[in-house]
Amino acid sequence: MSERTAGPRDAVLEVGAEEIPARFLPGALEHIEREGARLLTEERVSFRAARAFGTPRRLVLYVEGVAPVGPALAQEVRGPAYSVAFDAAGKPTRAAEGFARSRGVRVEDLVTREEAKGRFVYAVTREAGRPAKEALGSAFLRLVAGMSFPKSMRWADRDFRFARPIRWILALSGDEVVPLEVDGIKAGRHSSGHRFLTKGALEVARAEDYIEVLRAAYCVVDQRERRMAISRGASDAAKAIGGRVVQDDGLLEELTFLAEHPVALVGRFDPDLLRLPREVIVTPMRDHQRYFPVEDTSGRLMPAFVAVRDGLASHLDAVRRGNERVLAARLEDARFFYEEDTKVPLERYVEHLSGIIFHERLGTMLDKTRRIEALAADVACRLGLSGDARAVVARSAELAKADLVTHMVREFPELQGVMGRYYARLSGESDDVAQAIFEHYLPRFAGDSVPESVPGVVLALADKMDTIAGFFGIGIQPSGSEDPYALRRQVAGIVAILVERRVSMPVSLLASQSASLFADAGALKLPPDEVVEAILDFLRQRLRATLVDRGIQYDLVDAALAAGFDDVPDALRRAEALASASDTEEFRRAVTGYTRASRIAGKEDRGEVDESLFDEPAEYALFAAYRNARERVAVAMERRDYLDAFAAMAALADPIDVFFRDVLVMAEDESRRRNRLALLARVAALAGGIADLSRVVQSEGT
Amino acid sequence: MTFQEMIQRLESYWSAQGCVLQQPYDMEVGAGTMAPATFLRALGPEPWKVAYVQPSRRPADARYGENPNRVFLHHQYQVILKPSPEDVVERYLGSLTGALGIDPIEHDIRFVEDNWEAPTLGAWGTGWEVWLDGMEITQFTYFQQVGGIDARPVSAEITYGLERLCMYLQDVDNVFDLAWTPEITYGEIQRQFEVEHSKYGFELADVRTLNLLFDTYEAEAKRGLAASVVLPSYDYVLKCSHIFNLLDSRGALGVSERTAFVGRVRALARACAEAYVRKREDLGFPLMAAFGARSLQRRGRGREPEQTHGEEGGGSSE
Repeated sequence: MSERTAGPRDAVLEVGAEEIPARFLPGALEHIEREGARLLTEERVSFRAARAFGTPRRLVLYVEGVAPVGPALAQEVRGPAYSVAFDAAGKPTRAAEGFARSRGVRVEDLVTREEAKGRFVYAVTREAGRPAKEALGSAFLRLVAGMSFPKSMRWADRDFRFARPIRWILALSGDEVVPLEVDGIKAGRHSSGHRFLTKGALEVARAEDYIEVLRAAYCVVDQRERRMAISRGASDAAKAIGGRVVQDDGLLEELTFLAEHPVALVGRFDPDLLRLPREVIVTPMRDHQRYFPVEDTSGRLMPAFVAVRDGLASHLDAVRRGNERVLAARLEDARFFYEEDTKVPLERYVEHLSGIIFHERLGTMLDKTRRIEALAADVACRLGLSGDARAVVARSAELAKADLVTHMVREFPELQGVMGRYYARLSGESDDVAQAIFEHYLPRFAGDSVPESVPGVVLALADKMDTIAGFFGIGIQPSGSEDPYALRRQVAGIVAILVERRVSMPVSLLASQSASLFADAGALKLPPDEVVEAILDFLRQRLRATLVDRGIQYDLVDAALAAGFDDVPDALRRAEALASASDTEEFRRAVTGYTRASRIAGKEDRGEVDESLFDEPAEYALFAAYRNARERVAVAMERRDYLDAFAAMAALADPIDVFFRDVLVMAEDESRRRNRLALLARVAALAGGIADLSRVVQSEGT
Repeated sequence: MTFQEMIQRLESYWSAQGCVLQQPYDMEVGAGTMAPATFLRALGPEPWKVAYVQPSRRPADARYGENPNRVFLHHQYQVILKPSPEDVVERYLGSLTGALGIDPIEHDIRFVEDNWEAPTLGAWGTGWEVWLDGMEITQFTYFQQVGGIDARPVSAEITYGLERLCMYLQDVDNVFDLAWTPEITYGEIQRQFEVEHSKYGFELADVRTLNLLFDTYEAEAKRGLAASVVLPSYDYVLKCSHIFNLLDSRGALGVSERTAFVGRVRALARACAEAYVRKREDLGFPLMAAFGARSLQRRGRGREPEQTHGEEGGGSSE
């Protein structure tokens, strides 16, 4: 009936549920849009575009421009070989007849195709396009059944799992209901509007009306629209009291998925509370209450917040008063924590760290503190820190974890380090100590800043290496997507600090010192050597990725790292020099020569070069050039001027080329042959300690 | 609306919803969930609908009667609907709007993800905290596992925090200022209790005695289980749990010790859960047909107005 000359229509699937967790929705919508389009295509729906929408109470796939009938499907199925299908007289055999029957075609319609393996018989079938309604039904059903969430649940007496209980399903193609049933829930044309602003079921006549019908029922289906409304509403609300909201994308996204009809409103709190540290006010606001903080034009916090309600823009007074009261109680708690915490100096908390387990096999946080103290002292010594700086390291290492047992950090774990810094200052510790305590957690995430102060750097390296060595030592390493203790982040942190702060100290020593501290306590499950090796391997991988991210070609990174990375900034300098040297044609040619030389000479010791055995001018020339270069490379390496070292090596490009052109390395005379190999071995060894040039990929055109 | 009037209204609302109104369990519990009317009844296939007030003791929240929001003993209003009905959220909202007169248009009611977990009970569920103008007033949970056993069918648990809710309704900032009746405040009734229990819990409780009590109660629970009397055994599990809470708030437990205690209580709770299900099975699941169970089983899924025909049952014996 609907297959008259109707044009394309829209279709919509809405799964109505009880309030789905906000954190599930972005992922779910991404899945719906991608999977939806894929399944529609697979089920042979002809459509223009598919978009996903979502609110706390609905997941929606909106399909634009669905043709009444999908694309036809031509299918070819290979049958028996021609020789089997037809007899000598060219008449179809029983095999051909059977095949034709099984594919639903006539024998005379079988076609023959010539292939590499011979001639074969094919049945060509042409399936008409599927009616949109039927194909949509299959695609929708598969989409819903295939949804998965970070945590799903069962309800009532059902076995079906979903993010939250499904309460209705709407599925329309144009004017018609798309029949489908999920775990006994039948799709229809009824939706449900805003939970409180409309009553009863909401009938949707046509798919094309869906979004507007919902809008009229106080439900803004499109998340981008809600996001914009919150963003604009919040900033208008803040502006009205002469301030601006503190931007927070994560919060904005969460709020977008916590309301169907968001309205922003301003509330206030006791200005007296502004005496508290900013983080102490902002964190409960954001974490517990999902409010935006408001600051004045100079960036100072104002005694106000922006909340987002789900409802009308009218009747805000009760909502405002309620929210103000809740925040007041929260901030009162925060003030209580702060005042309690500051009754005794920070150092008094250190002993209580024995009450927090770091890991059951690696002891308590107090044990960790003691290890950090030892490791940090060692690092400080190795880096040649002054006595004053060493004292700062020692004191801040002792206090680094103390804030973990304060009320405030127990309530808001993300304030670790932040509170430590405040409390250290209030306890009369020096600014340097306070700063190092804060900085030892840096970088907290990819792209976060690294410690500024030297004691901060030392502490951060010690803390992170202690975590890595401990976990690696008991056989816990990140693998694939499994990294429950976020060890990759620790490794990345160490690399970021070493690279950005150019800290030159042997990482192998840092790793082995750390491992030995665990070994002393009898906590290692693996031999210390193996632990160190595993750590270095991980560090190398991370360092490689970091250098590639900095824009250095991966083969040049590999070449530089193959000559060692124990001194990370040095490896970085070598890689950068190699990258910049590689820009010259001469150097690239030299690299080809070095690579050839090292391939021929191999790795073994070829002994001294004996000039008296030279025959060809090319040999003299290369040896002379080599000696010049060696001198210059030695001086350059002394100064760590690797660019100059590479320039010296580039000068060998011509002599090497001429040598290979004029000289037969594999001379008949054994002593000459050995002498020539010795010369090549020397040449190949020039870059030793700087880069393994054989790893450089020879690019086209050289 | 006074504190007691609020309770009365919830009682009559949930009574009208077909719930058994039980009285508070007569032992120390940390939450309404721990009372047998929830923890044990949520197990096994039998339907169950119950509502009750449960005074709940949290020694760590004691504040000598001085904190406007925290108390040693607070009151929960606990509702269990098993299996969870299709319209369970609407029923809950009906209690706020209908029974308590909260107009959702003038207020902001939200369901914010919160997945409940009780390690000492081997139990967890999914659900929300319900916010009223930014304040958490209810914990709403679909039990997924209880006592280490998969919840089949799933119960919906609705737990109102009565003090908070009432503070909101009466517009007071201090729990002790709540009007319990028009003449008597919450503080007048509860404060001495709060002060003395705070003093006992934080200063006086004798750690050695508590340890001894824990061991004794644990042994008694095990003895009961060995003789397959489940309910008395479970009472001793509750005793253990309370003693553990006291020890914990007294600061008497080191980290590994604490983990060990949690493990001991959980082991007992699991054993009780398993024994309870066996016992009910032996009794032939006597409540199987209660609460109009058969007519509830497969009613009205989806919003299409079409009725499923008169067929009933079938779902109850799996």
